[in-house]
Amino acid sequence: MKTNPFSMHIDVDAFLPASDAEKEYMVQMRESSTFFKDGMKRLLKNKIATTSMIIIIVITLASLIIPAIWPYTYDNMLGVRPGEPVDSSYNNLAPFTYGKTEKARIAAGESIFPHIFGTDAQGRDYFIRVVYGTRISLAVGFFASIIVLVVGITLGSVAGYFGGKVDMIIMRIVDIIYSLPDMLMVILLASVLNTALGNKLDGTPFAKIGSNIISLFIVFAVLYWVSMSRLIRGQILSLREQEYVLAAQATGAKGSWIIRKHLLPNCISVIVISTALQIPNAIFTESFLSFLGLGVNAPMPSLGSLASDALNGVNSYAYRLVIPAIVISLIVLSLNLFGDGLRDAFDPKLNG
Amino acid sequence: MNSKTLGYILKRLGLAILTVWVVITVTFFVMHAVPGGPFTSEKAISAAAEAQLKAKYGLDKPLMTQYGTYLKDIVTKFDFGPSLKQRGRTVIVIIKDGMKTSAKLGIIAAFLALIVGVVLGSVAALRRNKAVDKIIMVITTAFVSMPSFIMGALLLLLFAVKLRLFPANGSTPAGLVLPIITLALYPMAYITRLTRSSMLDVLGQDYIRTAKAKGVSQKKIIFGHALKNSLIPVITYFGPMLAYIVTGSLVVEQVFAVPGIGRAFVSSITNRDYPMIMGTTIILASLIVIMNLVSDIMYKVVDPRITLE
Repeated sequence: MKTNPFSMHIDVDAFLPASDAEKEYMVQMRESSTFFKDGMKRLLKNKIATTSMIIIIVITLASLIIPAIWPYTYDNMLGVRPGEPVDSSYNNLAPFTYGKTEKARIAAGESIFPHIFGTDAQGRDYFIRVVYGTRISLAVGFFASIIVLVVGITLGSVAGYFGGKVDMIIMRIVDIIYSLPDMLMVILLASVLNTALGNKLDGTPFAKIGSNIISLFIVFAVLYWVSMSRLIRGQILSLREQEYVLAAQATGAKGSWIIRKHLLPNCISVIVISTALQIPNAIFTESFLSFLGLGVNAPMPSLGSLASDALNGVNSYAYRLVIPAIVISLIVLSLNLFGDGLRDAFDPKLNG
Repeated sequence: MNSKTLGYILKRLGLAILTVWVVITVTFFVMHAVPGGPFTSEKAISAAAEAQLKAKYGLDKPLMTQYGTYLKDIVTKFDFGPSLKQRGRTVIVIIKDGMKTSAKLGIIAAFLALIVGVVLGSVAALRRNKAVDKIIMVITTAFVSMPSFIMGALLLLLFAVKLRLFPANGSTPAGLVLPIITLALYPMAYITRLTRSSMLDVLGQDYIRTAKAKGVSQKKIIFGHALKNSLIPVITYFGPMLAYIVTGSLVVEQVFAVPGIGRAFVSSITNRDYPMIMGTTIILASLIVIMNLVSDIMYKVVDPRITLE
């Protein structure tokens, strides 16, 4: 039947049930991809980032597991035994050599676990000190970043969402802290807090961590939140104008609810990426302070204090400097590369 | 210079002065919050002697009065008080003394970083994706993620201990070579990367294509058109570079035993020489703040395309 192209009559043929072939065409062949899956796929395609991630995971696991199974501990001076004079043959052992009593035990047929990196000037197994120092450095970097994250998100989202006077006050504080020379302030605060905290921690659960690390955390919480909060504020400022926020407000949702349930989940990629890039920064600062003697409390080692100690005997025991140097460079480099990869994978817009 | 630029400069100047004031205030009150006075670490002294000492240094007055005097002395006389541990010397004299070496170190390192960085960055940009570019990028990435104390210690190990090319002690002119290189490496790597990316950006601009189309020689394009514009972002790095060199010199002077301000600062921390810690922090911080201010203003003045907010 020939129809007039301008006819208003409905073409009945268009309403026939779909044939099987047509139905198959519409079947979803592949599961729909989520934001996270998409990002992970891009991340895993990036060889440099994947390699860095594997290195970080290996180093982290090693620093967690090895101290539990290793026969030596980081503060055990092998030459010191109760009731006997100090056996100095254990001090400054070269790699894979043994102290006097150990040699005697080997001669008697016992097998002794080797000192892979030898021992330090006080007869402590150097390998476990490096492992433990790595653990401390990683832990400080991680927790300091978490602290920065919490403070930065709270203040940044409050400033961004509420705006007005609150925003102005917070942003002026940010401006001032931003223009302060951070490292000098860190040194100043770390040296003072350390003395101020001193013995006050005794008896509290914090005593074990040591006043130095606690003061380091406080310094991070006070000084390093600014760039994170600026970032979050910027994100929230643009997200705040979205319709779903208006809808939430119309249904009577409170500010804190909107921030937590609507705004923050939408800037999660920015948050994760900048946290990842904060960790190497924190490790850097910790090792710097430890190198100056303001970091961890002795006898606890950190990669910075190990390098600093090794500097005194650099003429005879160069490897003791090189080992922590390599470990710290490797950690910082891999974390930086991984952070970059994360940024490329999850937020291509950020890559300026 | 229009009124907008002037307004911007005034605003930045205000913020800089405010920052210096905050530094002085924070430093003062933080140092005075430390439990135990500066004399507690000394051998036990009689109460009368301690009172006399406190009176001599003005520590018996109320805190706010002390703060007022401290601030007034800095502003009017540039006086940071006497050092507690180096008898008979004032803080400013010690700082001036240390600055002679440290300033030399820092300025040479900064110029070295600038020159080598710009050259390497331009080379990398012009030979983009060739072997030279890749090698430069790998090396600079490694340098950027190596802490300065590690860098210094490794250089010391390699060139002073193993090869014996330079003395390990930084008190002689030859001994300053390694500290200068250590200080220069990080900013050099950073400037290389900065120059490379901004040069690539500039080389993609229309006016470069126009110049090429007109038949301008490669040399003239690079030196006459591209380089000048690609150096603008490098100006912004002046402030952070100085901050890096100042803090870097703390450890570098420690590693190489250079008698500069950085070592004086670190030893004042271990000795708890409070006036010295305060004075050094304030002066170094002000230096960084001023340099940041200068580089920010230069950035805006040099490039008229940048809008002032």
